[in-house]
Amino acid sequence: MLNIKNLQVGLEEEDKQILKGVDLNIGEGEVHAIMGPNGSGKSTMSYVLAGKGGYEVTGGTATLNEVDLLEMEPEERAAAGLFLAFQYPVEIPGVGNMTFLRTAVNAQRKARGEDDLSAGEFLKVVRAKAKALKIDADMLKRPVNVGFSGGEKKRNEILQMAMLEPKMCVLDETDSGLDVDAMKLVAEGVNALRDGKRSFLVITHYQRLLDHIKPDVVHIMADGKIIKSGGPELALEVENNGYADLLAEVA
Amino acid sequence: MAMNNLKFDASDALLAAFDVPNGAKWAMEARGFAATNLRRMGAPVKRDEYWKYTNPTGLTALPTPKAALFINDETPMFDGVDRVKLVFVDGVFDAAQSDDLALDGVELETLEDALRKDIHWAKDLFGVLEANGQNPVERPLAALNTAVATQGLVIRATGKTDKPIAIRYIHSADTSDAMVHHVVKVDAGANLTVLESGPGAARFNSVMEADVLDGAAFHHVRTQGRDHERRTATHMFGRLGADSIFRSFTMTVNGVLTRNESILEFTGDNAKATVGGASAGDGNGFHHDDTVFVTHDSLNCESRQVFKKVLRNGATGVFQGKILVKEGAQKTDGYQISQGLLLDDNSNFLAKPELEIYADDVACSHGSTVGAIDDDALFYLTSRGVPKSQAQDMLVLAFLGEAIDEIDDSALSEGIHIRLAEWMERRHG
Repeated sequence: MLNIKNLQVGLEEEDKQILKGVDLNIGEGEVHAIMGPNGSGKSTMSYVLAGKGGYEVTGGTATLNEVDLLEMEPEERAAAGLFLAFQYPVEIPGVGNMTFLRTAVNAQRKARGEDDLSAGEFLKVVRAKAKALKIDADMLKRPVNVGFSGGEKKRNEILQMAMLEPKMCVLDETDSGLDVDAMKLVAEGVNALRDGKRSFLVITHYQRLLDHIKPDVVHIMADGKIIKSGGPELALEVENNGYADLLAEVA
Repeated sequence: MAMNNLKFDASDALLAAFDVPNGAKWAMEARGFAATNLRRMGAPVKRDEYWKYTNPTGLTALPTPKAALFINDETPMFDGVDRVKLVFVDGVFDAAQSDDLALDGVELETLEDALRKDIHWAKDLFGVLEANGQNPVERPLAALNTAVATQGLVIRATGKTDKPIAIRYIHSADTSDAMVHHVVKVDAGANLTVLESGPGAARFNSVMEADVLDGAAFHHVRTQGRDHERRTATHMFGRLGADSIFRSFTMTVNGVLTRNESILEFTGDNAKATVGGASAGDGNGFHHDDTVFVTHDSLNCESRQVFKKVLRNGATGVFQGKILVKEGAQKTDGYQISQGLLLDDNSNFLAKPELEIYADDVACSHGSTVGAIDDDALFYLTSRGVPKSQAQDMLVLAFLGEAIDEIDDSALSEGIHIRLAEWMERRHG
């Protein structure tokens, strides 16, 4: 599904290397988690995959189902099946959440050569999915993320993911800023999308999220590289001992 | 002084360029007063402080600069609204294309007819609000209009009205030089909505004098069409009585030169006024100027000025807005915001926000910003699969929407939202 080879990324505006050769292969239907200390490059990797500006890829490749992601515009990557759940979802005053969702869904359908969803069909689907995430009609009507609480913003991300039905979901610290109940709700939303084909890359600081979204593989990232990979037990090790031991082990 | 001669030669030439037919004594006096006033002021020139950001030459030059017709197949704005439609072609009332001059709760006639009557209520307003508005800042183009205009409507709302009067301006000749003057009176407790749409003429000079009496409500929504070469100067003079409501909104799209002045005066307590504008300029030389002057001279009144401009491909947007709070106008709440969104490096937004306050118990604020599209918002939208151009349009519409939402009628504001969205979509054609 997602294949990253020796990915090297720096900042466009200053001479600073952030990713120093990341290798990662996520197969169809797999859930991978990336953990790592602050500043290790986890969020940068998610942004680079989604196509955010301000970064310069200096080496390596990233493909989604053998298609080169790095050459595409953000909207093309989305249409190809990539979805990034933002750590800090952006507030967009003046753009209704519902309008935004419908525009996004139909833009992707168009890019894939499918017909628009009619307003009626769309409404039916969105209502059902919103209900499961406890997103009420008022939240759908409000401007995108404006005045949403931290939990509402994250649930809104998962709703977008559910509506867009991507192949590869990257969740960037979706648990940050969430209380236990909100985290469970979000995790349930994610689990509902696990169908054996869709793949997930879950970036998190804490093992707790991984109690709810069970990963197949856990990677530890530090200083722009993946330094260790293993099963779910690796996350528990981090939870108990922190990153210090792992970092020492590699060094 | 050569410059001064230029000003006065120009005002004389403009006065001479229009034929003024005879009318009632009061009408001729009002015209004569305005003409004298204009001769004293002279025509506006670029050197004038009030025209620092907008070159008035295109509005005063003779012969009238040509403006090619802009042919399009759009449904005229407000066609879907249940209204009394009144049509002016190149600034001349066209009865054949218009509905009957009749609406429950309203006395309605043409200016031409009213100015011939020896006794008419318009005597107390025609040229009067315009003359009041000449102080402390001179507005020679408005004086010119009073001096020579014969076309327009005289509208008096005497009670509750249930539909708007919609004035449609059609531009038909490429050298038309139109002078249109409307006189509006909203009696105590009455309400009235006036809609205006269309480019009007190659050069269009319009004045509206609106007297909103105690407890009355006046709503005004205007769209100035996309004719690329049109030149427009408008003045709205509003006088607000106690507990009255005044709302005016203008959408301006393209046009080589537009100067919209709104001059409001609060004369009674507890009144509220909003003046708003959304404009989109997409082309080299397109120039929009919103100039607003609000005078608070009574207690506990609230005024809002909300102006948003989206500019690209060399377009220029100007905002000059002033709130004057006179001595004793306590509890005034004055608000003013002007914002420019520049879609490229070739466009300009020039703002001159001013507050002048002589009362000590007021809440006044003003802000002005200029910026580009928010990259984070753009990335967020595109990361969801929305193509960049469409995402940019969504953000532009959202930006202008904050001004459009000042219209206190959701059907009208929705209509304007939709029209703007259609225009943007066409551009991608």
